[in-house]
Amino acid sequence: MELRGKAWKYGDDVDTDAIIPARYLNTSDPAELAKHCMEDIDTSFAASAAKGDFIVAGKNFGCGSSREHAPIAIRAAGVSAVIARSFARIFYRNSFNMGLPILEAPEAVDEIAAGDLLAVDMGAGVLRNETKGKEYRFTPIPPFMQELVAAGGLMNFMTTKRKGEGA
Amino acid sequence: MGMTLSEKILAEKAGRPSVSPGELVMAKVDLALGNDVTSPIAIKAFRAAGAKKVFDRGKIALVADHFTPNKDIASAEQVRTMREFAREQGILHHYDVGRMGIEHVLLPDEGIVGPGDLVIGADSHTCTYGALCAFSTGVGSTDLAAAMVSGEVWLKVPETLRIVLTGRPGKWVEGKDVILHIIGKIGVDGALYRSMEYAGDGIAHLPMAWRFTMTNMAIEAGAKNGIFPFDEVTRAYADARSKRPYKVFSADPDARYADEIRVDLSSLEPVVAFPHLPENTRPVSQAGNVPIDQVVVGSCTNGRIEDLRSAAEVLRGRKVHDGVRMIVFPATQEIWLQAVREGLMEVFVEAGAAVSTPTCGPCLGGHMGILARGERAIATTNRNFVGRMGHPESEVYLSNPAVAAASAVLGRIGGPDELGRRER
Ligand code: SF4
Repeated sequence: MELRGKAWKYGDDVDTDAIIPARYLNTSDPAELAKHCMEDIDTSFAASAAKGDFIVAGKNFGCGSSREHAPIAIRAAGVSAVIARSFARIFYRNSFNMGLPILEAPEAVDEIAAGDLLAVDMGAGVLRNETKGKEYRFTPIPPFMQELVAAGGLMNFMTTKRKGEGA
Repeated sequence: MGMTLSEKILAEKAGRPSVSPGELVMAKVDLALGNDVTSPIAIKAFRAAGAKKVFDRGKIALVADHFTPNKDIASAEQVRTMREFAREQGILHHYDVGRMGIEHVLLPDEGIVGPGDLVIGADSHTCTYGALCAFSTGVGSTDLAAAMVSGEVWLKVPETLRIVLTGRPGKWVEGKDVILHIIGKIGVDGALYRSMEYAGDGIAHLPMAWRFTMTNMAIEAGAKNGIFPFDEVTRAYADARSKRPYKVFSADPDARYADEIRVDLSSLEPVVAFPHLPENTRPVSQAGNVPIDQVVVGSCTNGRIEDLRSAAEVLRGRKVHDGVRMIVFPATQEIWLQAVREGLMEVFVEAGAAVSTPTCGPCLGGHMGILARGERAIATTNRNFVGRMGHPESEVYLSNPAVAAASAVLGRIGGPDELGRRER
């Protein structure tokens, strides 16, 4: 699976209130949430992000609450993957549970500038910065996580597994 | 090889003789929690998967607390989704207006989480129950949905950071100051993916309420869970409350820890976390002149009776500063009633504070005390991110209840030691 798009660059510790402020949590409608994605730190993101774009951020992306509204909002905004130095753990598991690809690539993150055109091959673990003409490798995700993503998230994974067991 | 407290509990719940950090396990949950914000998504996923019945109606808790009593039509619809699901499934631990409270204070007080449990909750502060020597951690709504169907959760066994506490804390230093100090020291990702396990003879000086405050904020250090060893304080609390038998686990003497830090409690001062991260801590004596517009005492971090007592002790015979709005929100109905019985409510109201029904309300900028542009609040809550309590250009400072109450009187951030004499 190859993903292509341009980079939206943010700093360290982007929290879930920045990704989707709590005042919008009275709905779980993806389209509604997408309209307010990143609103408190970047008012242009929701309006201008194009389908396939990447969010690129520093360490501890997604820290804060357990709200799945955060990966839902990001995915509904059209983002194809989030690339960060590291992720907060609940955000990390939520993303896999929901099938939003995320990857940790510290070196690439440091060298990506806002607007750079990126191409990511999740399976091969390769990230190309086409604007800068540089290529990076990242550690492919653990097998269990790959199964989750391949199944389209945890619920699908479970349903298939239970059927397999004849439950 | 020896196991840490978290490894011990995870091994038991995964039905394995032992586990080690990095392993993925499927583990059985003793309780799965959802609230009015996160459970509607879980219920949607539950239905989409074609599930008909929850795995065990006694092992699920649904608590309406975030936007409850309903703040608007959209949140009313969310709570209704949860309420209807609870009725349909016959969920035993379903808490609605009039019986509810903030989930992380309510569940241990109601005795439906206890020592040795494995608890997951679709709320990041689910890590709170570790104070009871349980393994508990926050997950997403999809995890909750999966657990409601199967009674299981996938977990990666975390490495453990050991935090050794020594000494006795001084006057006005509370659990909040200990955890803020630790977060200030290791940073908001200082315990990322890890378990924070407390040890040391300093623990004996920490009442249950303070331990809850400390495990509550494990997530603010990026941790998967926070956990205290079981001792007489835990036993007294659990025996008085627990609705079912519990099991006591302890760390092996030869357990392996990824890291260790030491904190001398006697050296601590009350601490304030400045915007916009809980790691931006300073001793309150070095806060400088920070005028405030609002003071909030409450939340799952500091909304317990001990916290209200601490705030009331400072406020008794004093008045909230002109131009400062003080809001107190007891975490549960039981605490609310206890505060009435002890005369704390009189103290708050006579001082000029407003007291709210239990709700998360202002803590997450939901309702009941939202900040306008440029306004500043000191709060006993756990997060001071941009826009957490209202307008993106407002500011939140975090402290313990005594410092928050003292700041309310001073009209700026300051400690109880700076206050003049009481009026009576
Ligand atoms: S009181 Fe605040 S931190 Fe605690 S559960 Fe409610 S919103 Fe979350």
